[in-house]
Amino acid sequence: MGESYAAVMPTNAYNWIAVWRRNFLAWKKVALASILGNLADPLTNLFGLGFGLGLIVGRVEGTSYIAFLAAGMVATSAMTSATFETLYAAFARMDAKRTWEAILSTELTLGDIVLGELVWAASKSVLAGTAIGIVAVTLGYASWLSILYTMPTIALTGLVFASLAMVVISLAPSYDYFVFYQTLVLSPMVFLCGVVFPTSQLPGSFQHFVGLLPLAHSVDLIRPAMLERGVDSAVLHVAALCVYTVLPFFASIAVFRRRLLR
Amino acid sequence: MSMSTVAIDLAGVRKSFGGRTIVDELSFSVARGECFGLLGPNGAGKSTIARMLLGMISPDAGKIMVLNEPVPARARVARMRIGVVPQFDNLELEFTVRENLLVFGRYFGMSARKIEAVVPSLLEFARLETKANARVSELSGGMKRRLTLARALINDPHLLVMDEPTTGLDPHARHLIWERLRVLLARGKTILLTTHFMEEAERLCDRLCVLEGGRKIAEGKPDVLIDEHIGCNVVEIYGGDPHQLRELIRPHARHIEVSGETLFCYAPYPEQVRVQLRGRAGLRVLQRSPNLEDVFLRLTGREMEK
Repeated sequence: MGESYAAVMPTNAYNWIAVWRRNFLAWKKVALASILGNLADPLTNLFGLGFGLGLIVGRVEGTSYIAFLAAGMVATSAMTSATFETLYAAFARMDAKRTWEAILSTELTLGDIVLGELVWAASKSVLAGTAIGIVAVTLGYASWLSILYTMPTIALTGLVFASLAMVVISLAPSYDYFVFYQTLVLSPMVFLCGVVFPTSQLPGSFQHFVGLLPLAHSVDLIRPAMLERGVDSAVLHVAALCVYTVLPFFASIAVFRRRLLR
Repeated sequence: MSMSTVAIDLAGVRKSFGGRTIVDELSFSVARGECFGLLGPNGAGKSTIARMLLGMISPDAGKIMVLNEPVPARARVARMRIGVVPQFDNLELEFTVRENLLVFGRYFGMSARKIEAVVPSLLEFARLETKANARVSELSGGMKRRLTLARALINDPHLLVMDEPTTGLDPHARHLIWERLRVLLARGKTILLTTHFMEEAERLCDRLCVLEGGRKIAEGKPDVLIDEHIGCNVVEIYGGDPHQLRELIRPHARHIEVSGETLFCYAPYPEQVRVQLRGRAGLRVLQRSPNLEDVFLRLTGREMEK
């Protein structure tokens, strides 16, 4: 049994690149529409909540509300773009389009495919998260250098949520089940993890629970970087995000193996 | 057969899903350079066997060797020298013909330069020279199938595994694929194909294995199988009461099978059968040479579903 699991793991450090390049080629054909589509939602939230709610809220944690929110939106857009790329596009490649089936008849293993899909989804997160960051810089809510600092965290956030979504698609019989993940896991996380208001506003017991959620760790890394403040317990946050990437990665491969390679 | 001349070796392979046996104690060997067919109706286990050879399904019991590699343990290594034509097209529809080959070559670790070097000959082989920059979604079914075949050749494989390569194609497109496969065999490639087309099996396969319910019910060269199991002319009769007709012609037949409303009469002297039927209105009588369809009918008592 152990031998057969080893046989489906990534072959080496570079085989996944062929999968990433396949997705990049497909994306290039629809790049403009894809970028606009990915930006519309977070920008609407940023301006709607930032200007509208910002008038009522005033300053939060020593900064304007829109600057506070911008950091949360960078993390959220990284989360949603990796999630949606995996839930819908990767699921289609695994299921209806039979792209994975074609790849599995080559030198690549299931692990190579999953790794390629994760890095691809994280790449789209970097694009989406950085784009929001650039808007924030343009409006004067962050500096160019701070965006550079946030990029590794944006990429890691993308890996985390691609990896988690990979578990969802490995288990889901069809698209219909994704809505549970979106409404019961992702949407509550946006409100609990300090995206739109500080977690200190939550009841004490909730704050402990929130410390377990991956988006909270992303926000705690991205916001201080964008507001040019020191990051508390950076190692802990990075370690937590790494755990949230690695464990679901292996879990999803194990489930995919049962589903696709019986 | 010594190991180096064997492309595929299955010994005592079993597989069941949810308590249902799909492949039952199956053993066969395919020599290098041979075209070997797995012939059987839908549900006979052909696709399961094809996927097992690629390491995509693990057997419950038995041993599989493909190109001297144990499968599934070292299936990835074996797949480096295998080309696959799957039952359902899984081409990249939004990509051009050329892009499909490029992307697929990269899955085998080929550099862009190496891929570009082989693409012209693959396009020529697939008769798609003028379609290099066309999107796959614009191609006809036959063209897509030929592109899938070209794609399977990108890594210059020793062995081709083809699951129902011509299912769903019109006769013209099917004949073109057959002609292309004969070219590959002439180049020394080994082909394993699954099919439920008797004609395809008879035309292409050096040897074949007839499957039913996951079990091997016959194996051998097509003409030998036909000779062994039938060995005489066939008269097909329809349009009358088959059971009444059976009694009438029984003395002149070596063997008679009834399937639906058709009566298959195997007779060394078909004229004698025809004499018995003369003057009966509404009967349609067809005399022909025996084929694999008759072998299947003889072995299973039923016709192969189309």
